[in-house]
Amino acid sequence: MSRAFVFGDAVDTDLLAPGNLMKLPPAELAQHCLRAIAPDFASTVQPGDVVFAGANFGLGSSREQAAVSLRLLGVSAVLATSFARIFYRNAINLGLPAFVFPQVGEVSDGDRIQLDPVAGRLENITTGKTYTLTPIPPHLMAMIDDGGLITHLKRRLKGAAA
Amino acid sequence: MVGRTLVEKVIAKAAGLPALRAGHLVTAKVDLAFAHDSSGPRRWRPLLEELGVGLWDPAKVAIVSDHYVPAVDAESAAILKTTRDFARDYGVSNFFDMVGICHLVLPEHGLIRPGAFIAGGDSHTPTAGAFGAYAAGYGATDMAAIAATGETWLAVPETIRVEWTGAFQPGVTAKDVMLFLCRELGMDNAFKAVEFAGPLVEAMPMAERMVLANMAAELGAETGVVAPDAVTFAYLAARGAPVEDEAGALALHSDADAIYATVHRFDAADLVPQIAAPHSPANTRDATEFGEVRIDQAYIGACVGAKIEDLRMAADVLKGRRVAPGVRLLVAPGSARTAELAAREGVMETLLAAGAVLMPSGCGACAGMGAGILAEGETCISSTNRNFQGRMGHAGANVYLGSPYAVAAAAAAGHIVDPRPFLTGAA
Repeated sequence: MSRAFVFGDAVDTDLLAPGNLMKLPPAELAQHCLRAIAPDFASTVQPGDVVFAGANFGLGSSREQAAVSLRLLGVSAVLATSFARIFYRNAINLGLPAFVFPQVGEVSDGDRIQLDPVAGRLENITTGKTYTLTPIPPHLMAMIDDGGLITHLKRRLKGAAA
Repeated sequence: MVGRTLVEKVIAKAAGLPALRAGHLVTAKVDLAFAHDSSGPRRWRPLLEELGVGLWDPAKVAIVSDHYVPAVDAESAAILKTTRDFARDYGVSNFFDMVGICHLVLPEHGLIRPGAFIAGGDSHTPTAGAFGAYAAGYGATDMAAIAATGETWLAVPETIRVEWTGAFQPGVTAKDVMLFLCRELGMDNAFKAVEFAGPLVEAMPMAERMVLANMAAELGAETGVVAPDAVTFAYLAARGAPVEDEAGALALHSDADAIYATVHRFDAADLVPQIAAPHSPANTRDATEFGEVRIDQAYIGACVGAKIEDLRMAADVLKGRRVAPGVRLLVAPGSARTAELAAREGVMETLLAAGAVLMPSGCGACAGMGAGILAEGETCISSTNRNFQGRMGHAGANVYLGSPYAVAAAAAAGHIVDPRPFLTGAA
């Protein structure tokens, strides 16, 4: 069982990975993830927890550290009303599942939830509601299954060489 | 056959699939892949080494050091050295070290071509779309994969067409257009392209078209495009890189019966200077609607707001004026060439005489990485393209966005103000 962390619309890349801290090693940078709007997020989020948000999650910079920071903190998936394009690609490339989830308004911060990203099933234990998630397109799911773009590519390059 | 958009045509060429349309999932061959010191070599090298490959074609790769320039500490020095070493070891001859911001340096060198498929390791890559290219930003892993293979997947985007008729009032610019559009169209247009068209756009020089395409990123679009024309060709010819197949470039124009997601029409005559309040470019209102918002800093910089044309705008306002007491005006010319031109034209003299502080050419304070960042509680007006909370320094700082005119006028007044009276001598 995991905990839901719920945020609003337009969570941008400077909130996820502040520009003036981008020289820090990834694990240190991750400690500042979302600090400007949720000071305790990095210290309280547990591996397996899920981030919910409104529209246009991850807008702004191309910096991959925005997705890396969430993953390093153990976030198992992001469910948002909509995603900014580069963040969405970055998340999938790194093996962080990102689901479009219009019913974010039915989830409250701190709700206990159960998410099965492979089956595309979400259960909100606190409210008793269950959801079938819009599936991630197959060509992207294949990438997530391989553990991200680089391992996916490694397999492909090996296949081409063989 | 139903007509196609410019973006559909460019992607069709890159994918080798003449008939494709919005929605198709394709693999495109990349004509130019570029990145900067923050997103590029320091992230690419370990991934390429893990893959055990080099660059697919070093001649189609460009690297620009613009984020951590010049080095201010051991970490930024190491990042810049990593970048230089990579360019040398991987045979990247299009390497531009501390001569300006990638989105300005690449066109200055004639490397942005109409009809090209361009992948850049920076969210403002759409700037290149001003030349009629498909240009989109990618994260480091995507870029490393592109650097290794020369290709990437995408779903062909639908195009939002934005048509502008009429002409600007004096003191109104392409930047005002984009701040206005951030409010009108919102910033949640992911996986869409935006095409800028109409008589106003056709009459714009490349510098203004680049502002439109640049801030397509703020609309959330994957690319912003302007159809290539005589203005495009003249710009590239003047930089020693003429377009050989002009007819081919003109054929990229969207067909009259192309299918768009939406079409928006605006009249430039109705537009007045725009200011975006903290902490979003969509939080835009007419400059006339702001009371006396006191500022601590005014910043002229970044890919969108520090071209020679932008510095000239600032100089037009500041000629014979001084920066207000208690305000600091920082000017970071977008490229070394811009700085040189500004010096030669007397623009620099005007700005320095007004009390401006000259900063290095690079991304500087815009991305919070260079000098000129803000303390808690400080207020800045900036010619940059984003004012997200914490981007330019402390999360408790407030950043307003405006055109170079608006930034210079605020610097002189000490508070946010409509810049138009400063150009007519009424202020």
